Amino acid sequence: MVLDVRGLTMDFGGLRAVDQVDLQVNEGEIVALIGPNGAGKTTFFNCVTGMYVPTAGTVTIARPGTDARQITRMRPHLITAQGLARTFQNIRLFPEMTVLENVMIGRDCRLSAGILGAIMRNKKTVAEEKQVVLDSYAMLEIVGIGRWANETAKNLPYGAQRRLEIARALATEPFLLLLDEPAAGMNPQETRDLVALIRRLRTDHQLSIFLIEHDMSLVMTLSERIYVMDYGKLIAVGDPGEVRRDPSVIKAYLGEDVSA
Amino acid sequence: MSSQATTQPQPGRYLAYAWRSLLVSIWFAILTFPIIVIRANTITGTITWRWHNIGWIVGGTFVGSWIWRYFLERKRAGAEATMGPLRQRLAAARAVVTQAARRPAVARGGIAALLLLVVAFPFVGGMYQTNIMTTALLYVVLGLGLNIIIGLGGMLHIGYIAFYALGAYSYALLNLHFGLNFWLALPVGALVGGLFSLAIGIPVLRLRGDYLAIVTLAFAEITRLVLENWSSLTFGTAGIRNIPRPAIAGIRLTLPQTTTFVYFIMILMVVLTIFVVNRLENSRIGRQFVAMKEDFIACQAMGVNIARTKLAALGLGGMWAGLAGVVFAARTTFINPASFTVWESIIVLCTVVLGGMGSIPGVITGALVLILVPEYLRAFAQFRMLLFGAVLVTMMVFRPGGLIQKRRRAYTISAQEKQVAAEIGDPGIQG
Amino acid sequence: MNYFLGLFVSGLTRGSIYALLALGYTMVYGIIELINFAHGEIYMIGAFTALILASVLSIAGLDAISILVIASLVAMIYSAAYGFTMEKIAYKPVRNSQRLSALISAIGMSLFLQNYVRLAQTSNFLPFPTLIPRLGFLQQLTFQVTSAQFVIFVTTTVVMILLTLLIKFSRVGKSMRAASQDKTMAMLLGVNVNRVIALTFVIGSATAALGGVLISSFTGQINFYIGFMAGIKAFVAAVLGGIGSIPGAVLGSFVLGWTESFGAGYISSDYEDVFAFAILVLILIFKPSGLLGRPENKKV
Repeated sequence: MVLDVRGLTMDFGGLRAVDQVDLQVNEGEIVALIGPNGAGKTTFFNCVTGMYVPTAGTVTIARPGTDARQITRMRPHLITAQGLARTFQNIRLFPEMTVLENVMIGRDCRLSAGILGAIMRNKKTVAEEKQVVLDSYAMLEIVGIGRWANETAKNLPYGAQRRLEIARALATEPFLLLLDEPAAGMNPQETRDLVALIRRLRTDHQLSIFLIEHDMSLVMTLSERIYVMDYGKLIAVGDPGEVRRDPSVIKAYLGEDVSA
Repeated sequence: MSSQATTQPQPGRYLAYAWRSLLVSIWFAILTFPIIVIRANTITGTITWRWHNIGWIVGGTFVGSWIWRYFLERKRAGAEATMGPLRQRLAAARAVVTQAARRPAVARGGIAALLLLVVAFPFVGGMYQTNIMTTALLYVVLGLGLNIIIGLGGMLHIGYIAFYALGAYSYALLNLHFGLNFWLALPVGALVGGLFSLAIGIPVLRLRGDYLAIVTLAFAEITRLVLENWSSLTFGTAGIRNIPRPAIAGIRLTLPQTTTFVYFIMILMVVLTIFVVNRLENSRIGRQFVAMKEDFIACQAMGVNIARTKLAALGLGGMWAGLAGVVFAARTTFINPASFTVWESIIVLCTVVLGGMGSIPGVITGALVLILVPEYLRAFAQFRMLLFGAVLVTMMVFRPGGLIQKRRRAYTISAQEKQVAAEIGDPGIQG
Repeated sequence: MNYFLGLFVSGLTRGSIYALLALGYTMVYGIIELINFAHGEIYMIGAFTALILASVLSIAGLDAISILVIASLVAMIYSAAYGFTMEKIAYKPVRNSQRLSALISAIGMSLFLQNYVRLAQTSNFLPFPTLIPRLGFLQQLTFQVTSAQFVIFVTTTVVMILLTLLIKFSRVGKSMRAASQDKTMAMLLGVNVNRVIALTFVIGSATAALGGVLISSFTGQINFYIGFMAGIKAFVAAVLGGIGSIPGAVLGSFVLGWTESFGAGYISSDYEDVFAFAILVLILIFKPSGLLGRPENKKV
């Protein structure tokens, strides 16, 4: 088990956005979290990655082959260093930086150069910088946007921006990749390519993948297990077939009146 | 309107422009009437009517509104779509210059010429010119230092001059009480500036940008008020006199010689600043700064320690102000709190904004233009601050990146390295 | 005890003064999340307009009450027009840029307006005519309250009540609240967001001008620089109370007024301004949402 969330709860003032959610991701698994708008999916994500401090509950992670450790209430950059990387629902690149530099920021938590090294430019720093460029370029090739390395990030086509976010997340050397609506705004062809990419990432890079998605066809074809949330609570768990047939899921998605 | 903007301008549009501009100028005539036309002196109880001023306002705003509208529309249409013949020629000229500058012989020649100019300046220009240039150079260092905080780190700091003040006072006081000489005071000043900048940074780490602005302003004002009122230590508003000028042990320099000497100290300091800032910029640290400025949430999520990055930017920025402060005290030989008001901070901010946030040549240009132009155009001097205000607004509206905009560095990756990387990736999904 | 009461009343007056300015700050911030650094300058321009008008009218031979009313009204109209124009020139074009741009633009506007008045008028202090008439019944109180103090306090209270009513119950107020929550959504629902923002500037500026007139007749002198410090103090008050909240701005202003006046009275008047800034720093560190503000969640 690479991710184990127990009883996670998040309150905003009087509003309970996430209510007692238990969720697990096993090694090498692709798991999806779905639910209607405002169900609390992104809030859940933000609690796991440390952007929000959850009101209650625990988040435990374990890099395959190592001991489990609790990351609840850890600061986001430390969680990333532990091996959890994420993308954002509404793309959050560094728009004025180049594509390559965006990925280089992803490498940051694996680097050691300090201020003095930067000014002195000693051997170690120079070597490290050279390695960063190469590693980052390799990430770009993995997601297939290497030819745009020196382009300004904001000038990339939309689909490539989504890929860049994935490359940047990969650069942090994660064992668990969290994707927040990776197919949002993509056309069917781009979505198919994305599915292929995600599968390839899992097999080639021994990643486990946990994603939030609205595109049902993508979720159904890609994920092995699906969690369904509504009004902050888990209402169903299972493989795609089970979830598809679950009456509470149908009700949550189509409202009270199924015939409508 | 916007669909028209991309096509060639038609006469009808100019007429519409003229009409709108006329309305704007009438609006401004009415708006500025009481302040511009009537001058009430309640001490003598007299009122002066200055009707001729209305003419200036109407004419000025008519032309101004026209230009404003033109540029605003061009900005909306996007720069490339409306690249006029003049701009094309300018771009072509720029291309020729950058091409030429790439050739090593030309580059070497350019550097040699610049070096000659810099070295010859005090001997050709005389003491007066040298003094003005030294002031401008002080602002270059201040601008480059503040640029680390604002241009790279994206934190609006409007209390920067406080560290300048602290640098100046550390030298003045340590010299007065312990006889510390100028050269030893330099690192001390830098340390004091950097540490105070950090000290202010720690409590405000969690604050958003606009709160940071107001808190830094508050800290700067507190610093100035303490300097003014803690008379037993700082001699209050009277200030500190007879601060020794920079000297070389055993050699007595005349006043003109010292002026030249300080000029060269400043030149060295500028070179050092450029060197350090440039190295920082093109390093992991500089990348962290820029990423934090662009999107601090994504930056944090990618594993960058935001708190440390912010403190690094603040500390590194504050150091330069402290360093410059020591030179300032040694050069003027007299300091008092009045030299370190909020408006000094705003002038430094202006140099960064005009030149180009994040760009070293930009900030240098900005500082030289903003300090030298008012010095040489004495008739302009009284309008200086008015123009600074206008510069800040117009730059933000039309060219927030500044005159010389920062270009991100391109990395070269050899074909062989590309090959290795491409083998890791899957070419099947490209395209 | 009389010393204490005196300080209390002077703190109350100060608080009322800050409140008239803080209201504008809080309204503008509530709607476009911008620290309008030039707000203090609008207040200064209001005071200058009133001074100029009062001088002209007194030569024309009007009585004090008419002068006070006319000068205040015209000053409010003019300041509102300045606020409106300022928004169009310096803020609207940068509304979609980075926050940093808007802030720098605001600082530029503040610098520009200060020097505009300095050049067109004077850089010296000018005595401001006593426009507020003496109120007889105040003499019978056991402690010292001047007419100006009384009028300032009453005006602030009335303005605060009017603004609260306006925002709570009027159509315009509803549009303002909608626009401050989500501009895109408000626009989709038919709210003219540009007009709402312009109106916010107009109301905030008029309030500031009223403050300018009253305060200047209380302090008895003005110059081009009075707006800056007053603006910063008012901002401190707005943050202290919880920025974006109208009652918060007033509460914050009173707390700040008393802190300054008691601090100056019992500790040292040299450090009067330091108290305000110290409060600001403390509140931002320990309770950034202010006394009455709601905590906000960063959007990810």
